Amino acid sequence: MGFFQRLASGLKNTKKSFSEKLKYVFTGNEIDEDFFEELEMILVSADIGAITTEEILDELRDKIKQCKVKKTDECKELLKETLTEKLTKDLEEFSYPLAIMVVGVNGVGKTTSIGKLAQKFSEAGKKVVIAGADTFRAAAGDQLKVWADRVKAKYVSGDAGADASAVVFDAIASAKAKSADVILIDTAGRLHNKTNLMEELKKIGGVVSKQYPEAEYHKMIVIDGTTGQNSLSQVKLFDEAVGLTDIVVTKLDGTSKAGFVIELANEHPNVDIRYIGVGESADDLLEFNAKDFVDAIFE
Amino acid sequence: MSLFESLGDRLNHIFSKLTKHGKLTELEIKQAMREVRVALLEADVNFLVAKDFINKVSEKAIGEEILNSLTPGQQVIKIVRDELITLMGETNAKLTVSPNPPTIIMMCGLQGAGKTTMCGKLGAMLKKQGKKPLLVACDIYRPAAIEQLRIGAKNAGVDFFEKGTANPVKIAEAAIAQAKKMGNDVVIIDTAGRLQINEDLMKELENIKKEVKPTEILLTIDAMTGQESVNVAKEFNERLEISGVLVTKLDGDTRGGVALSVKAVTGKPIKFCGTGEKIGDIEPFYPDRMASRILGMGDVLTLIDKAQASVDEAQMKKIEENIRKNTFTFEDFLVQFEQIGKMGNLADIAAMIPGMGSKFKMADIDENKIKKYKAIIQSMTKKERMNPDLIKASNRKRIAAGSATTIQEVNSLMKQFEQTKLMMKNMNNGKLQKMLGGKFKF
Repeated sequence: MGFFQRLASGLKNTKKSFSEKLKYVFTGNEIDEDFFEELEMILVSADIGAITTEEILDELRDKIKQCKVKKTDECKELLKETLTEKLTKDLEEFSYPLAIMVVGVNGVGKTTSIGKLAQKFSEAGKKVVIAGADTFRAAAGDQLKVWADRVKAKYVSGDAGADASAVVFDAIASAKAKSADVILIDTAGRLHNKTNLMEELKKIGGVVSKQYPEAEYHKMIVIDGTTGQNSLSQVKLFDEAVGLTDIVVTKLDGTSKAGFVIELANEHPNVDIRYIGVGESADDLLEFNAKDFVDAIFE
Repeated sequence: MSLFESLGDRLNHIFSKLTKHGKLTELEIKQAMREVRVALLEADVNFLVAKDFINKVSEKAIGEEILNSLTPGQQVIKIVRDELITLMGETNAKLTVSPNPPTIIMMCGLQGAGKTTMCGKLGAMLKKQGKKPLLVACDIYRPAAIEQLRIGAKNAGVDFFEKGTANPVKIAEAAIAQAKKMGNDVVIIDTAGRLQINEDLMKELENIKKEVKPTEILLTIDAMTGQESVNVAKEFNERLEISGVLVTKLDGDTRGGVALSVKAVTGKPIKFCGTGEKIGDIEPFYPDRMASRILGMGDVLTLIDKAQASVDEAQMKKIEENIRKNTFTFEDFLVQFEQIGKMGNLADIAAMIPGMGSKFKMADIDENKIKKYKAIIQSMTKKERMNPDLIKASNRKRIAAGSATTIQEVNSLMKQFEQTKLMMKNMNNGKLQKMLGGKFKF
């Protein structure tokens, strides 16, 4: 059998075989090396990097020894515990006035996330201003305006190619004048390794700290849930540029598990994993819950 | 990630023992493959794809080929790299042209992969080739997707067709009718992005396909996609029988293991890559370069291409000569700095050099820094420029004063020079494997 055929049969209905495999993994048999290999597949397939997976499994081996666990099914809870611990954190509630600048690479769902946030805050009775500071992507403003109209938020934007900092400046003035509770700032998607674009982002971010010091200022990165290990580089470089405070992981209504958040939680303890997006509607932006998230990896 | 960067080092370490007894054992292959496997996984190659790949390459490596080799480490890397290239397709594919125009290209893929952007880029590219493309807006769901495509078409200088939020199948039909009437020989159909498990939307794609019988169905996939890429590619391919793949956002710093995964599960060629935000940022897919990138060996070949396209040939030849004779000087370095400006975004270039992408922050070498570096070199005497070994501490002090910089900056340039010299030397040797086998540090 050629490489492709072999692989095709191996991947046949990956998702189904994945959950079947899980059943098979935690059968209650004795723990052996094969078992650890299966676990490795589960974790790596969930986009927890290979190196982190190795570390997690080493930790698990220690715990197995300590707790004198012998059967694979008891191990499942132990592993879940290990992972949940890494992700559990008490988040502070937002205080108002609140400014949230949303950043991220292209196509991750920044604009949609802003729309959902706008709806969330509106429904909670907050007065929202949206700043369309993505003056680069064709028609980004139009997309945001649709959202703003939907939730009756004030929408401030500039023309295509306009200075994004100026848009933010105007939006802050508007938020102050209207005594808005929340200002949501959309920024153009940019790849984190483009120095000049990151410099621009610093400038945009600086406008908020300078012009609106009374607001609680969050810098939220949106990460596409289907992303792999590059998510680490994204958070690292955006953090270096603007000092991130929160993470949103989108598009988790598919079969992706976004296990990279475990690595993010470890490497960026100061950045909170705040929301996950699991669908198209505003209600589908959920507050992150470590236990539910880990459970989903094993489904 | 740190481990990934040092794949070369780690392999060197494993194989360093070999020079002593010159034979490669199964155990050593196994150790080496463990490193390669981690590298593949950290590059987001799918777990099962990586597993199969390693098995296959190990079979090949454990055998006479290697045992008889004088430099086993190099040969293992070569086998790995060659195998990657073979699997990703040996040559880059072209777009199929329909014998009965118009040629119909249908796009598909997840949300945010870059379909609409790619439509504009393909349009611009085809126009350059003398075609007359028509871009068709069939994404009726995402707010402003139609507007985005309209602007893309305008930037590409090609025709555009929309019918608001009418039924996408009807829009596609009407567009093709118009293309025939107006003499558009290529029709590019943008479709709504969707998760591959969204049944309604997948059905809609099937319906469009059934109705317009596309010449090409291209799956657009984000180069940063993780393990999930196999499920995405597999599902789209099973439902639509795609004809090729477009990989986008390759101008990022991702290793792009998705290219291998997608090719492995679909068997379909990767045709083009998106490499930037501008309408002209579309390139053919080069499997050899991708292989180097996945293995963390950088995209040296693309860099060389880029350099050749924008650099003064004669001057560079002289530099090359000097490198060959190992007499690379600050004079050459100065010329390089002048040339570098012509090559475009420095960060892009840096990302293509092995080890440079993240290790050196190319961010440090911004335009101002280059100006400073130039000033420093210009403050050296002719002798010093030709023979950097002459530059001692006292000279550095003078040079710093002369160029209104600090000694630290002078030192930093000296270091940069030495590193560049070493890198150029390695590049000059022509064989990437040598970087791994030789002293070049990743």
